Amino acid sequence: MSLTLTGIPARRGGLALRAAGIVLILVAAPLAGICIGETRIPVGTVAQVLANRLWDAGYPVDPIDEGIIWAYRLTRALVAGACGAGLAICGVILQSLLRNALADPYLLGISAGASTGAVLVAVAGLGAAFLPMSAGALIGALLAFALVTMLARLAGGGAGARGAGQIVLAGIAGSQLFNALTSFIIARSANAEQARGIMFWLLGNLSGVRWDDVRLALPAALLAVAVGLWHVRALDAFTFGAESAASLGVPVRRVQAVLILAAAMATAVMVSIVGSIGFVGLVVPHAARFLVGVRHARLVPAAALIGMVFLIAADILSRVMVPGQVLPIGVVTALVGAPVFALILIRRRSAP
Amino acid sequence: MMLRATDLGWHTRGRAIVKGVTLQVARGEVLGLIGPNGSGKSTLLRLLSGLLKPSSGRVELAGHPLSRLSRRDIARILAFVAQQADTSDRITVRDAVELGRTPWLDALRPWSAEDDHHVATALATVEMQGFETRDWITLSGGERQRVHIARALAQCPQVLLLDEPTNHLDIHHQLAILRLIARLGLTTVVALHDLNQAMGCDRLAVMQGGRLIALGTPAAILTPDLLHRVFAVRATELTDPEDGSRVLRFHHVT
Repeated sequence: MSLTLTGIPARRGGLALRAAGIVLILVAAPLAGICIGETRIPVGTVAQVLANRLWDAGYPVDPIDEGIIWAYRLTRALVAGACGAGLAICGVILQSLLRNALADPYLLGISAGASTGAVLVAVAGLGAAFLPMSAGALIGALLAFALVTMLARLAGGGAGARGAGQIVLAGIAGSQLFNALTSFIIARSANAEQARGIMFWLLGNLSGVRWDDVRLALPAALLAVAVGLWHVRALDAFTFGAESAASLGVPVRRVQAVLILAAAMATAVMVSIVGSIGFVGLVVPHAARFLVGVRHARLVPAAALIGMVFLIAADILSRVMVPGQVLPIGVVTALVGAPVFALILIRRRSAP
Repeated sequence: MMLRATDLGWHTRGRAIVKGVTLQVARGEVLGLIGPNGSGKSTLLRLLSGLLKPSSGRVELAGHPLSRLSRRDIARILAFVAQQADTSDRITVRDAVELGRTPWLDALRPWSAEDDHHVATALATVEMQGFETRDWITLSGGERQRVHIARALAQCPQVLLLDEPTNHLDIHHQLAILRLIARLGLTTVVALHDLNQAMGCDRLAVMQGGRLIALGTPAAILTPDLLHRVFAVRATELTDPEDGSRVLRFHHVT
């Protein structure tokens, strides 16, 4: 009882502090993304430019600085943050629903399916008039998810260590298939210049991100986070599997459909803007669980925040790691993500 | 009647797993479900809990047709403890029991002191106070089973369904779980393997090949003739000198 008596006031007292911390991270992370780069820009200049743009403050600022900050670095930081948060939420949702620590939009082939859909629209001109690239990506993502989960089920997948292996294997098969389809479409329909651009984009790339992309990425990420937050109790209820969730009063089919759709939508939008960025959906939820535990009321917001910070940091690294050159951000996340993936594999073995 | 099944059937891939089961469970009654492996006990429990949709027939829960109740409505009346429910998540005992409050919570009704009270009571009922902060993975089989029951009790159900709750437990924990179920006073349907343990139920339902072939008090059901027919064993009866209760001994039929 002492636990409950002391627990409640502590929770309330911490709330204001936690909210302040969240706001601080939400402001500080994109700000760091704007300031740090090949040319360092002082925070003061950034603040002046933002004030000029948002409130017509009229500070005298170098127009080149203003251009770099407003049109280049700010959009980049915002899209990176939105992608990080969105992909991290996808990872949380997939890992919880599939009861599988290795579930991630990239490993499950969802990103590959989204790429195929996006390329099909962009290059082959399939309905490009009515169908935006992100809609093509969404169809590809849903198709890939359906295919991979079906394959995993046929191969005897499910919860538990063996099931975890099966779904990753199914994900490999799905990724290979969709990557092959993407290559096929490019080889058939794209000219050399288009092909080079698409290959660079497929690696995960934030160059050339504009305000239009922000207007797409930000709502997609916010929607994914909102859907995740709305379903925190339902996600918790899946702890002992789908049947247990149903016996706890969760309308399992409907909740699964809404959450998978939200995850596929977020993945599709992010892939159509920046290409497939790997391992964010895998690494970030594990880091968040390590910090705040497995209950989704904390895990969902924590994963969103950590995902945002992680991808903005990866973007900064991709810009400063090799002087005079910008690496695809997918390269940076994979350099961090692959070892962490290996670590999770090894730790799962020692778990009972 | 708290629970009523009428001509209940379920088939999959052209094979009938449960056929024409009709039974009623009165308020506060403990009904034991026995039968050989694959006789349809688990499927019947899933049909009664609404986790499976019947192919034929219907279930009524507290007077309402189960098919008309939402999952949440059902979960507020009926709790189900499955045979194997495990997790690799690093949750604590308290986390697991708090899940039982899920059907009573939504965005407009957040966690409150009342929920804390129900969780504490459920933990006390299964004698797991002091285990709140223990990690799930550090628990023994008997402790996990008791936590699962506590989670079910935190739902504040009127009906409790349990699928072989004493499986894989040592004898001490088997008896502890059975004593706990008897003490709860809830309307209960419990699938059991051990026929001597089944004798403690108010009534017994015997399943064979998906059909309900006998329903009645343990004394009327557990006859040498029925045991021979259903379980293919020869049974002899002994009397426990301590309390005069019947004990069954089983022999291979030659």
